[in-house]
Amino acid sequence: MEIKLENLTKIFPARKKGQKEVVAVDDFNDTIPDGMLVALLGPSGCGKSTTLNLICGLLKPTSGKIYFGDRDVTNVPPEYRGVGMVFQNYALYPHMSVEQNIRFPLENLKGDQKLSKEQMKERVLASAKLVMIDSLLDRKPKELSGGQQQRVAIARALVKLPQVLLLDEPLSNLDARLRLQTREEIRRIQKETKITTIFVTHDQDEAMSISDMIVVMKDGKVQQIGKPQEVYDHPINLFVAKFLGTPPINVFEGAIFENGLWIGEEKLFDLMPTEDRPVFVAIRPEGFVLDEHGPFSLDLIRPEVLGRDISIVAKHKKAQSETIRAIIDAFEAKHLPKDIVRFYLKPHKVHVFDAISQERIECVIRENGE
Amino acid sequence: MEKQNWKAFLYLLPALVFLGVFLVYPLIDVFIYSFEEGYSSASQSYFGIGLFNYEYVLHDPYFKQALINTFVLVIVTVPISTGIALLISLALNSVKKLRSFLQTIYFLPYVTNTIAVGMVFMVLFKETPYSQGVVNMLIQWVHLSPVDFMEGPWWAKMFVLCFYTIWIVMPFKILILTSALASVDEQYYNVAKIDGTSSSRIFFRITLPMISPSLFYLVITGFIGAFKAYSDAVALFGTNLNAAGMNTMVGYVFDMLYRDSGGYPSYASAAAIILFAIILTITIINLLVSKKHVHYN
Amino acid sequence: MKSKKKVLVWLLLAIWAIIVLFPFYWMVLTSLKEYGAYNAEYIPQFFTLAPTFENYIQAFTDVPLGKYLLNTLFFAIVTTGLMVFVTILAAFAFARMDFKGKNVLFTLFLALMMIPGELVVITNFVTITELDLRNTFLGLILPSVTSVFYIYLLRENFAQVPDQLYFAAKVDGTSDWRYLWRVMVPICMPTLVTITILKVIECWNLYIWPSLITDDPKYFLVSNGIQQIRESGFGRANIPAMMAAVVAVSVPLIVLFLIFRKQIMSGVAQGGTKG
Repeated sequence: MEIKLENLTKIFPARKKGQKEVVAVDDFNDTIPDGMLVALLGPSGCGKSTTLNLICGLLKPTSGKIYFGDRDVTNVPPEYRGVGMVFQNYALYPHMSVEQNIRFPLENLKGDQKLSKEQMKERVLASAKLVMIDSLLDRKPKELSGGQQQRVAIARALVKLPQVLLLDEPLSNLDARLRLQTREEIRRIQKETKITTIFVTHDQDEAMSISDMIVVMKDGKVQQIGKPQEVYDHPINLFVAKFLGTPPINVFEGAIFENGLWIGEEKLFDLMPTEDRPVFVAIRPEGFVLDEHGPFSLDLIRPEVLGRDISIVAKHKKAQSETIRAIIDAFEAKHLPKDIVRFYLKPHKVHVFDAISQERIECVIRENGE
Repeated sequence: MEKQNWKAFLYLLPALVFLGVFLVYPLIDVFIYSFEEGYSSASQSYFGIGLFNYEYVLHDPYFKQALINTFVLVIVTVPISTGIALLISLALNSVKKLRSFLQTIYFLPYVTNTIAVGMVFMVLFKETPYSQGVVNMLIQWVHLSPVDFMEGPWWAKMFVLCFYTIWIVMPFKILILTSALASVDEQYYNVAKIDGTSSSRIFFRITLPMISPSLFYLVITGFIGAFKAYSDAVALFGTNLNAAGMNTMVGYVFDMLYRDSGGYPSYASAAAIILFAIILTITIINLLVSKKHVHYN
Repeated sequence: MKSKKKVLVWLLLAIWAIIVLFPFYWMVLTSLKEYGAYNAEYIPQFFTLAPTFENYIQAFTDVPLGKYLLNTLFFAIVTTGLMVFVTILAAFAFARMDFKGKNVLFTLFLALMMIPGELVVITNFVTITELDLRNTFLGLILPSVTSVFYIYLLRENFAQVPDQLYFAAKVDGTSDWRYLWRVMVPICMPTLVTITILKVIECWNLYIWPSLITDDPKYFLVSNGIQQIRESGFGRANIPAMMAAVVAVSVPLIVLFLIFRKQIMSGVAQGGTKG
């Protein structure tokens, strides 16, 4: 099912006098193609959960429209939208067994949708098998591990065969190891069922690793929409650049001056003709290459061994953060100098943003010697 | 979520109807009654509006008797029952063996029928055809002279009423105080012990302040409860409390309303409002005092 | 020093246990003494060698004590049932629904908790009399249904049920009504059990209202029945028979207490007061 969001806006009125109203979602436009796994990504309070609640119908938008396929569902209550939802704390009914939990949505069906006992049993079993908890049907939620509860919640969301599956921070209550495992699981289930799936997360790793498309949000506004790699490689503004990637991108104050890109006294690249201005230069940790004659230098603090790679912790007086991280091949790092390290920078790992608007500046780098 | 005005109203409707008819309307009405002079329930008419009912009640010797009885009951039973309950709770808290068994026993009076068990107390204190009753027998064992508790002097009857009242209110007080004591964090005691604090100092400087909100709650509910005493007196001395000289303020209200001397809802209302003005005043005084002396977390 | 203190502690605990239990013992003991033997005692006897059930037979045959017990049972069940139903609905509205004036109304409810029942009995007596409902079960039951405190208690409990369960149920297409009975009520069962038992106890011990509203023994509850026995029935002379009646009235509650000890004590600790 294709989902289309048109000028979607949600404003929460001021709770008390003197407080301001809160614009939780501001003019959201997007079309999510059928069968996609989409991540809504952003820091807490960015409006991603509100967006999810608007799509499932728990909240009504202040303005704008929501379409499922050709059907306008903006004013349709949640139960008639055909969505399945998995909540952050799973929201399993504590007094019901796993089987009763999964069956509960089916018992609400009315009219010609009504199912017989056998049909219900079949559907419950199929759903439980899909998430591989068919051996736990008699248990109560409190007798299950976090990962198992998560699966029950997914099974319950899927049992009605929804056309849209929504997951709110599905992995945030799991420990690190389970998280990796479960996100693969979600990917598998989504691939098997081909249900258009939207999930909310604040963890960019999670979003990048399994989704077909990510939507980065900040303060209720959509920043960028695209395939994970695209967004990573071409962040549209400084916020997106900083939000994606671990370790985070390194940001320096710099300038475009006489067709060159400068940080402090050092000229990183020659540029095709463009106007002079102050900028932010953001360099991905993997963009650094050790080079004695490289154009850029950092003050070394210490190297950190990560195994395959080495992370160089350094500092620079123009950097926004106190320390800078560069990741280089362990083999190359054998002969690290003591204090100052020089680097050559990979051009496609260097992003330039306007110092005032923080928007991306597309400047064409003329690589040295080319 | 959207506002659900109509639906919520439907859910609340039964409660609103019951509360409106049997709680809110009567509350307003009782004030009106108390100012209607000479209202008769038979003719449902009255002469005028004024303070006559209050005047009548305040000059009624039976009301004075009820007022005195009630005040004595309050002043005697509230401190004594709270004090004993504190002692027993401290004792309970210091033992491990039999604790829950004893707690169960101590709670028994709470679940008994006040009227029924009051009659047992009457029997305990009452003379039988050839003896002076169990309690008098115990009194004679310690070489004191027996007293006719049930039909004798006023103070003897008052003693029985106070004794029974204390017996009845103890379960609630012990329960509240034991749970308050149990919820004081062990760590405070451990720290105090390491510091070498004496046990009396621990009690007055740590335990007492920590449970002071519960103690205060018991004092307030104790006052209110004792001011509303009635059933206990009926159980001990029968329904004709005026004759026994043992009437309470609530008893006076109901006697005015009903039974042989009844049929005067206006007097009853005036007496009820006087009673609750007194309760309100004392509760407010309690609250003001507590602000200074009660320790809240 | 330490052992001395221990002895004192146990002495205190033992004395209070005796003070609590002795009336119960005396009640049962007297009920088993023969009428003649009791009255002939020069010194009160602490046990009896010739227990008799005659007093119980008299208590149940001279007056319709069995009828009083049944009346009280019926009254307690219907009143409690109605109260629980009304309370569940109101608590749900306050805990789960959003409506205009909710906070104002809830504050008013809380204020009503301060109103002592004695103050409103006068008008209720007049109301019930005017409706010609004296000496009917309806007249007994209706004013006893209201309980602001239990609405408050249950609302607090309902409010602890996570919001997400409600949202999940909404997405699953559950109506409010179904959600209330299928999810909220089962989850809050312990509190509901507590409320139910406390209300039953309250009903069983009710004295003032039934004494105002009934003078026909057909509608007597146990408290009035027993008061009647004592003032104008066999209780005036026959103390053992009266004690038999007292035992019959007391035993059901004590059994109920022993079964639901935990719920009752935790419920009372949460702020229930007697009556």
